[in-house]
Amino acid sequence: MPKWLEETEELVHSGRIKVPYTWWVGETGTDFFNALMGEKKIMGTYCSKCEMVFIPPRKACGRCFNERMEWRDVGPEGTLITYTVPGYRSDIHPLEPGFAYGIIKLDSADTGITHLISEYEEGEIKAGMRLEAVFNEEPQGNILDIKYFRPVK
Amino acid sequence: MDKVAIVGVGQTKYERKKKGDTFADMVYEVTVKALDDAGLTIADVGNVISVSNDFWDGRTISSMAIQDACGSRHKDISTVEGDGLFGALYGAMRVLSGSFDTTLVVSHMKCSQSRMNLITNAMFDPIYTRALGLDSITSCAMQARAYMDTFGITEEQCAKVSVKNHGNAKNNPLAQLPMDITVGDVMASGMLSAPIKLLDASPITDGAAAVILADEKAAKKCKSKPVWLKGVGHCSDAYHLGDRDLARSPALKKAAEKAYAMAGVTNPFKEVDVVELYDTFTYQELMWLEGLGFCEEGGAGRLIDEGVTQMAGELPVNPSGGCLSAHAVLVAGLARLIESTLQIRGEAGDRQVDDAKTALAHGINGPCGQGHCVMVIGA
Repeated sequence: MPKWLEETEELVHSGRIKVPYTWWVGETGTDFFNALMGEKKIMGTYCSKCEMVFIPPRKACGRCFNERMEWRDVGPEGTLITYTVPGYRSDIHPLEPGFAYGIIKLDSADTGITHLISEYEEGEIKAGMRLEAVFNEEPQGNILDIKYFRPVK
Repeated sequence: MDKVAIVGVGQTKYERKKKGDTFADMVYEVTVKALDDAGLTIADVGNVISVSNDFWDGRTISSMAIQDACGSRHKDISTVEGDGLFGALYGAMRVLSGSFDTTLVVSHMKCSQSRMNLITNAMFDPIYTRALGLDSITSCAMQARAYMDTFGITEEQCAKVSVKNHGNAKNNPLAQLPMDITVGDVMASGMLSAPIKLLDASPITDGAAAVILADEKAAKKCKSKPVWLKGVGHCSDAYHLGDRDLARSPALKKAAEKAYAMAGVTNPFKEVDVVELYDTFTYQELMWLEGLGFCEEGGAGRLIDEGVTQMAGELPVNPSGGCLSAHAVLVAGLARLIESTLQIRGEAGDRQVDDAKTALAHGINGPCGQGHCVMVIGA
């Protein structure tokens, strides 16, 4: 214990910063989430110069600055690139323990989407495995409208 | 390039909870230490770069609250919200601009005062990623898995980095976690997020650091032995994790190549005598060594197996104990530069690498090492 604390009790001021935010998802995001909600369809944006389909979608290509991006359907199946199973609980985790995080390269996409993995057997998850999207039956217009990915049976 | 010298350095002791010091107290301590080291007074300082993060400090424009403590009242001050090594880069640019003969760079952090995973979750995109609850540990665990799967790096090899760095920390009186541990201890430590275990991870740390940079003329007036910035490079990768090849670090490779070219280094393994790099997790020390060009991709497992990066090895890495032994976020990159400076001066005490003539300091920004800064320094 530091010397000054031997003679006095420590004082701690507790606080909580709670500020509401509204993040407009933008024109591109609105199209993406509308397709996800309405048709259970995952879409990426295609850059014809780079010949790449990006997910999450973006309005302009960050590689070549092409602004004429085109919509492409991707997934709903894909291949797992990497993963981890969190060993601790946190109130920001959207699922109960027993889920994994993964980066999944959806079919027809050229970049990976970071998302959740569930409904797997212990030890089953491996890079290269095939996964499919499970959609939320009551979509809210956010990224958790894809509830999680699960192994393709 | 005109010459920029590191003429003054100061660090607090790194601790789990610095209960006796506020942010300003820590900043004042390291500012005075750096001034004393350089033999300058605050009146001699031309301008200040502060380095801090509003989310971590729980304060809007966190830099404004430490202005008095770093003596910047009525001076030109600018701020970097990112790693301290990028603060030093900005500071060096200000000296090189010719507008200032000296720059004080100061960084502070108290990781103990908030919740790390809530803060690091907020670095992810609020529309597409943040709701997943991802944080620094889980995102880096995915990078560790990608790197280890791609190159066959084992958990034991990562564990050896922890054993080495915590052991090195025993020679650093400022380190938070000097420890005598074994590979078995690391392997048996609790699983944070596979493959990262508790002893693969850097601790929660409070601390501050300061560096004074000077042009050639101002450096001559300082009492310290000047250590010169020989080369610097910085580079960043894409933001979304899925856009990147997480098993490799092309951004670090480019940053290092730029720094080496500027410093005239053609064979880094032979020409660099000591490395202080940003090891948030054990796998990062191995990955960054590859990005820095000290071995081929996937070759860093061999370096740790063969003892090359030990204090007695050919290329000592993190003699200070690295971030694994004290990780005040944002301060840590500046600490790497300070430790490298002490090595070149021959003032690193029990952690001194014999005959260190060229040292390399490395810092990172963003999730999974999105951005990198590399500095090569020498006498």
